[in-house]
Amino acid sequence: MDKATLTFTDVSITVNVPTGTRIIEMSEKVGSGITYGCREGECGTCLTHVIEGGENLSEPSALELRVLSENLAGKDDRLACQCRVLGGAVKVRPGG
Amino acid sequence: MSAPSPAPIPASPLSLRPDGPVEIVPGIHWIGALDPGLRSFDVIMKTANGTTYNAYAVRGTDGVAVIDTVDRACAAEFLARLEAVARYDEITVLVLNHLEPDHTGAVHELLRRAPQAHVLVSPRGMQILRALLGDEADRYRISAVKTGDSIPLGGRSLRFFTTPNVHWPDTQCTWVEEDGILFTCDLFGSHYCDGRLFDDLVGDFRFCFEYYYDRLMRPFRSFVAAALDLIEPLDIAVIAPSHGPILRTRPRDYLRQYRRLTSPRFADAAGTDRSLLIFYVSAHGATGQMARAIEAGAAEEPGVRVSLFDLEGGEIAPFIDLIEGADGIVLGTPTINGDAVRTIWDLLVTLGDVETRGKLGAAFGSYGWSGEAVRLVEARLQALKMRLPEPGLRVKFHPNEADLDEARAFGVRLAQHLTGRAQPREIDFADLAAR
Repeated sequence: MDKATLTFTDVSITVNVPTGTRIIEMSEKVGSGITYGCREGECGTCLTHVIEGGENLSEPSALELRVLSENLAGKDDRLACQCRVLGGAVKVRPGG
Repeated sequence: MSAPSPAPIPASPLSLRPDGPVEIVPGIHWIGALDPGLRSFDVIMKTANGTTYNAYAVRGTDGVAVIDTVDRACAAEFLARLEAVARYDEITVLVLNHLEPDHTGAVHELLRRAPQAHVLVSPRGMQILRALLGDEADRYRISAVKTGDSIPLGGRSLRFFTTPNVHWPDTQCTWVEEDGILFTCDLFGSHYCDGRLFDDLVGDFRFCFEYYYDRLMRPFRSFVAAALDLIEPLDIAVIAPSHGPILRTRPRDYLRQYRRLTSPRFADAAGTDRSLLIFYVSAHGATGQMARAIEAGAAEEPGVRVSLFDLEGGEIAPFIDLIEGADGIVLGTPTINGDAVRTIWDLLVTLGDVETRGKLGAAFGSYGWSGEAVRLVEARLQALKMRLPEPGLRVKFHPNEADLDEARAFGVRLAQHLTGRAQPREIDFADLAAR
């Protein structure tokens, strides 16, 4: 299984994850302040700021792009419930 | 001979309803509704004086803007007042500063009567508006507006300020610069019903103004402060909120009052130190021993001020004030009947009254059989959007020396997470499966 690393800077933890892992699957377990609301890409509660490795995340869907836009998100912000780690190293912290 | 009928009770100003719309300045009217009988709002607030649902009509030479509507139960009253100042075919704009039901209860009916109106909401309001209108959304022209956007009405214009999370994600303010009137929706509101409407005419609503802030706005303190940053530079003559009196007497005083309310309740006694508060409840002394060891460990970290409180020795309210200004909290509870103890839950429930997002949180406790309490407390702290960098610490029965050493180390690590000196850790996906 291909591996990647996902670092949550607000709790100083790096997790070795299988590729394809959604950020929200790990953020709750490590106690990060990236928390979830609807889990369906609607509410924007899990807004996440990508510090490094944005190119290693899945492309945003039309739904995610719309929610990011409506939440006035920055260019390095993503929804943790939507995007998957595809490989390499990704470093994140809570957004908003 | 029958007893004489009692004299009728004179109408209270609270129940005096303005016959029609009420002029704020020529061309701008209050067209809201009074609800003097309401005694509980949103299940979270008592409303001894009822409330008002304020909506407004702004006339320009090219059309009329309606700003917000009212609760569904008051829709007829709102529409009657609107009809007294404008024909439906004159309405060019409907601004919804906030989409909670008490402000959008007449939206469906208004749009059926004025389908040409351009509906303007904040960007975050779009998804709520789509949900509100359902299949009808496609019939209307709907746009998102944000800070810097403006709409001309002819001789007057509406400017928008995106002020999210005061107290919903969608909240915004609308500004009519030509008249110096700021429509703030729930911001600066009061649940206080008085038909005289203006702050210089109504009864004493001061406690309602602060109570409203405490119950609705305080959990969003930093967002209120950001909203104040945006609107304080405006030359405001009138603050027109969506509940309670319209504020036209020294409106800057209300801005200053909100500034004061958004400030921490206690002055920052720790200086530049980070503040870590440890609260515990102990049935037989074991959780208390752990608390003192955690305190000792955290106190070793320079730059962190650590405080320890036996939760059963105090009232919840001042502890909540203290937590509001703290950087982190650690909660200790034994497990009794498979749960955290009631005093801890009282604190955890009340924490919803203040802003906790991003604070450090942790849990610990002694147990006899199963030790569920720590996990339950952690789940609540996560729901409060706190970060929990260290898994909770549990000890079966009384802690031995090794347990106390671990508790001290736990305290050190928590403090280091506050100072930014925590050791980065790397773990495997599989190790998290059990969490």
